[in-house]
Amino acid sequence: MIEFQAVTKTYPDGTVAVDRLDLTIEDGRITVFVGPSGCGKTTSLRMINRMIDPTSGTIRLNGADVRESAPAKLRRGIGYVIQHAGLFPHRTVIDNVATVPVLNGTGRRAARARAAELLELVGLPAGLAKRYPAQLSGGQQQRVGVARALAADPPVLLMDEPFSAVDPIVRDDLQQQLLRLQSELGKTIVFVTHDIDEAIKLGDKVAVLRVGGTLAQYDTPSALLAKPADEFVASFVGRDRGYRALGFLAAKGIELAPVAKVPLGTEVGAARGRLEGGWAIVVDERDRPAGWVSADLLSSLDSSAKLEATDLISGGSLYQVDAEAGGTAGTLRNALDAALSSPSQLGIAVDADGAVVGGISADTVLAALGAARESGEVPV
Amino acid sequence: MRWVLDHAGELLDTTWEHLGLALIPVLVGLLISVPLGWAAHRWRAARAILVPASSLLYTIPSLALFVLMPLLLGTRILDPLNVQAALTIYTVALLVRSVADALDAVPGETIAAATAVGYGAVRRFFAVELPLSLPVLIAGVRVAAVSNISLVSVGAIIGVGGLGFYLTHGSQLSPPNYAEIVAGLVLIVVLALVVDALLVVLGRWLTPWTRARGRVVTA
Repeated sequence: MIEFQAVTKTYPDGTVAVDRLDLTIEDGRITVFVGPSGCGKTTSLRMINRMIDPTSGTIRLNGADVRESAPAKLRRGIGYVIQHAGLFPHRTVIDNVATVPVLNGTGRRAARARAAELLELVGLPAGLAKRYPAQLSGGQQQRVGVARALAADPPVLLMDEPFSAVDPIVRDDLQQQLLRLQSELGKTIVFVTHDIDEAIKLGDKVAVLRVGGTLAQYDTPSALLAKPADEFVASFVGRDRGYRALGFLAAKGIELAPVAKVPLGTEVGAARGRLEGGWAIVVDERDRPAGWVSADLLSSLDSSAKLEATDLISGGSLYQVDAEAGGTAGTLRNALDAALSSPSQLGIAVDADGAVVGGISADTVLAALGAARESGEVPV
Repeated sequence: MRWVLDHAGELLDTTWEHLGLALIPVLVGLLISVPLGWAAHRWRAARAILVPASSLLYTIPSLALFVLMPLLLGTRILDPLNVQAALTIYTVALLVRSVADALDAVPGETIAAATAVGYGAVRRFFAVELPLSLPVLIAGVRVAAVSNISLVSVGAIIGVGGLGFYLTHGSQLSPPNYAEIVAGLVLIVVLALVVDALLVVLGRWLTPWTRARGRVVTA
């Protein structure tokens, strides 16, 4: 547990970076500090491992004041991931990862063996071990940064805008990986970002800070979206928050509608007789959706022809029932998006193997939302 | 050419002597410059004094410095230490700035990362800052080495000049022995080129990561 107790940081020029911050960070969870620049989020993070010392107030790590520990020793017990990864350019990937074990006195050989395990854990091929950081892509470097922070198996991990310098697709990938790693490792992670979407996606708890270093709200992401404490938080959380809040409501128990299915290779004439409401979903040999056919489309094709993948109308997003943790899969948002993006207005629900299990309409989703509201699941 | 062949052994010995006179000061000067350069890198006030002071030192004519050394050090006039001490001063004059610039060139975020993972200041200097400053530092060492190899010959005037001896001796003969002068000159130039080339090789060997740049692997 990390506790901020009336922590204030004032710089010599009079700037107040952090103002009487009181905050308790739970063990084994991801806590995100988010806010605009100048809100003191990075300063707060850096006070945990004494990169910066507070002007007044106390930070306790598992009950002990961090200022009672020698800085270098304290830091070796706290993993740290920095923007642009902060890798040592003169060391190979494997030696970068082995840094903290070597500092702790582990032999180079044992440290490298441990480093190799970590490279695998973060999904980097062993072939990259002997390369220098400059030979890696931004996303790969960031993975090495995470591996280095985890090498000495610290219980606490500090991450300072680690994913902000990579492109959105890579960022999404890194975020998913972090959630996956966290579900295995259960570290106490403090994550700093200026991106509220990232905060909501990753955080178990989110601390929204405002300029001047005061805490505006400290809550779960869903509560932040549903009940912003004030105008500042509401505007910071931003557009579509009602829709995004659906991403925190499991769609469990929503009844699926039957959907007309025709396999690929069916004769067009036969398919015409199997449409429901003028549409049918076409599936491959493993029952996975390939696309839609409509009455209009089929009437333009020769009756004796067989349906091919190239004939089909492309489908919308898929609603994953019983999805694993992470992302919005299996939530009301996922279900609603499937319905809204489908050309037939009926979203396609798939199981873990990607096979079609039914259809879902926007009306069903909204009805489920209404039910959740009534039962008090949704904070209003 | 005859003269060269007749004096081959002697020329070789003198070349070694020249090398010792020029390079021992580079080594000693480097050892002195690292802490001074670090101070100049670390504190603005130290830089404001050290960098101009070292530039000033370099403007002292080498002959004057050679002649002054016995007075300052209490050495005999023909002691090779006079030349080596003077050249050490020139090396320091050149390298203090190089070291400071080299350390300035180490990215701040790399140093912050080193601090954050738990390096103490001393260990961080030797494990991270110094290695990363090598590309710039080696460039400075090359200049100092070549400069010293050339300056040693001035020492011939006070009797300790390595290959410089042939330049003064050959020109004092009547008629001047051009074979001797050219031999001395060529050897000095060759020595400078060889040492410079060796330093380039050493630098490449010490900084393998600088050549890895640009070859991004998407595996």
